[in-house]
Amino acid sequence: MKILVAIKRVVDYNIKVRIKADGSNVDIDGVKMGINPFDENAIEEALRLKEQGFATEVVAVSLGTAANQDILRHALAMGVDRAILLDTAAELQPLAVAKLLKVLVTREQPDLIMLGKQAIDDDAGQTGQMLAALLNYPQATFVSKINKQANEIIATREVGGGTETIALTLPAVVTADLRLNNPRFVKLPNLMMARKKPIETIAAADLNTDISARLQLIKVSEPAARKAGVMVDSIDELLAKLRTHEGVLA
Amino acid sequence: MSILILAEHNGEQLSQNVLQAVTAAKAWNLPIHVLVAGDNANKVAESAALTDGVALVIQASAAHLAHPLAEDIANLVVSISADYSVILAAHSSFSRNSLPRAAALLDVAMISDVLEINGNNTYVRAIYAGNILTTVQSVDSIQVLTIHGSKFSAASIGNTSAEIVNISAPAAFSQARWVSEVRSESDRPALGSAKIVVSGGRSLGSAEKFEQLLAPLATKLGAALGATRAAVDAGFAPNDIQVGQTGVTVAPELYIAVGVSGAVQHTYGMKDSKIVVAINEDPDAPIFQVADYGLVADLFEAVPALTAAI
Repeated sequence: MKILVAIKRVVDYNIKVRIKADGSNVDIDGVKMGINPFDENAIEEALRLKEQGFATEVVAVSLGTAANQDILRHALAMGVDRAILLDTAAELQPLAVAKLLKVLVTREQPDLIMLGKQAIDDDAGQTGQMLAALLNYPQATFVSKINKQANEIIATREVGGGTETIALTLPAVVTADLRLNNPRFVKLPNLMMARKKPIETIAAADLNTDISARLQLIKVSEPAARKAGVMVDSIDELLAKLRTHEGVLA
Repeated sequence: MSILILAEHNGEQLSQNVLQAVTAAKAWNLPIHVLVAGDNANKVAESAALTDGVALVIQASAAHLAHPLAEDIANLVVSISADYSVILAAHSSFSRNSLPRAAALLDVAMISDVLEINGNNTYVRAIYAGNILTTVQSVDSIQVLTIHGSKFSAASIGNTSAEIVNISAPAAFSQARWVSEVRSESDRPALGSAKIVVSGGRSLGSAEKFEQLLAPLATKLGAALGATRAAVDAGFAPNDIQVGQTGVTVAPELYIAVGVSGAVQHTYGMKDSKIVVAINEDPDAPIFQVADYGLVADLFEAVPALTAAI
């Protein structure tokens, strides 16, 4: 079984993103970037499936500019066999990403495609489902557990009110939830070795794919802050506020 | 053209969030149709038909829709999409699973978790865990979106019923099958629609303490229990009560955060609450910045005292 893992380069989750003075977009110049956390879970699970003998090759792909080589090297250092950069400077929306990945899937013919369940920058959570749709493959989203049985993937999904287990016939698309696993720490020697490994670069423009933006960005703004609250000194004072000022408790 | 709302339900009951989706759909001034996909979910279809503002309920019944898969829901939505310029649902694990798939099949973008609908296919939604609001305009001919339930009031249930029509669903998608599910059993109100939510963070220290401290308070208040991702990851609480960016979004009358630090990923899911109370040992915890009332105290003394005093 061959696994393709698609990874996204996003602003580090600890950074509070600011907006540009003219409100035209977010200001992420010079901000610390890294791999989308959910995508790291996807890599980890692909590597575990290989270590368990279910997969023979794990390939990582990222879409973007040469700057994305940093997360591809991170994936190589974690243990993926090959890395591919789909090179484009365009701002890609989920449908465009899914279309480009579809072309790569046609070329690479993976049995399983893994992605994070959402990216922590745009919080869209669409790419895996869209890719599965375009390929007419089955999908399992928000996955917290995977087992391989014969030609099927048995996936446990985190859904409202509990969990659901479904079985997918390969080839299939799986999106990872954070509770799927704890990604391994990358050791420095592995990172050094990953620097020497080749990254295959494919120009996205050569794939003859419609990657037009379907959503035009009008503006960005900051949400209204909640009004400043007050500190209370005791349970009695708290209850008095809730009962008399707010009337939320009897 | 009309608007199609994809209804979420459990086979017996229509989800409360469908009523919020109906209110959101009124922004277009187009006839509102509700799609109920299930295995003879007649009660659900009847509830949908009684909802004020709904012009038509489309019921698709098939054995394979008893536990609907994203593939089957997406194919069903696409099969009737020719009549619709807008396809929407409340943002939930159900719609997040199936609607992006339908959007891709229709070759249109999807707009996830919309906070405001502003006309001319323009929407406000949050990015970066709610830190930034973005206004976007769709250029697609069909609008596919999910709405942030707590931003829209629930449509009321009336006395007059809209027409219910039955349609046949496309054949089951053969490459995926439902195996089983585990539903959390709880006597408490549903987290997404509870009037009061008591939520716990990692400071509670263990699953036993989470239960010991918060369950009696929630019981006394008739509240739902929530948790931060840190508490869920640490195994203190089940995943389906996680409040935040990647979990459930709540907007109760009263939100009591116990031992919650207040990471933006968590506050994204609760900052629309009417009144927020934070109890934390750390006076510098960011949760106090979004709390109406803050109390710096030892959790293991303050919470039992609060429970006893109510």
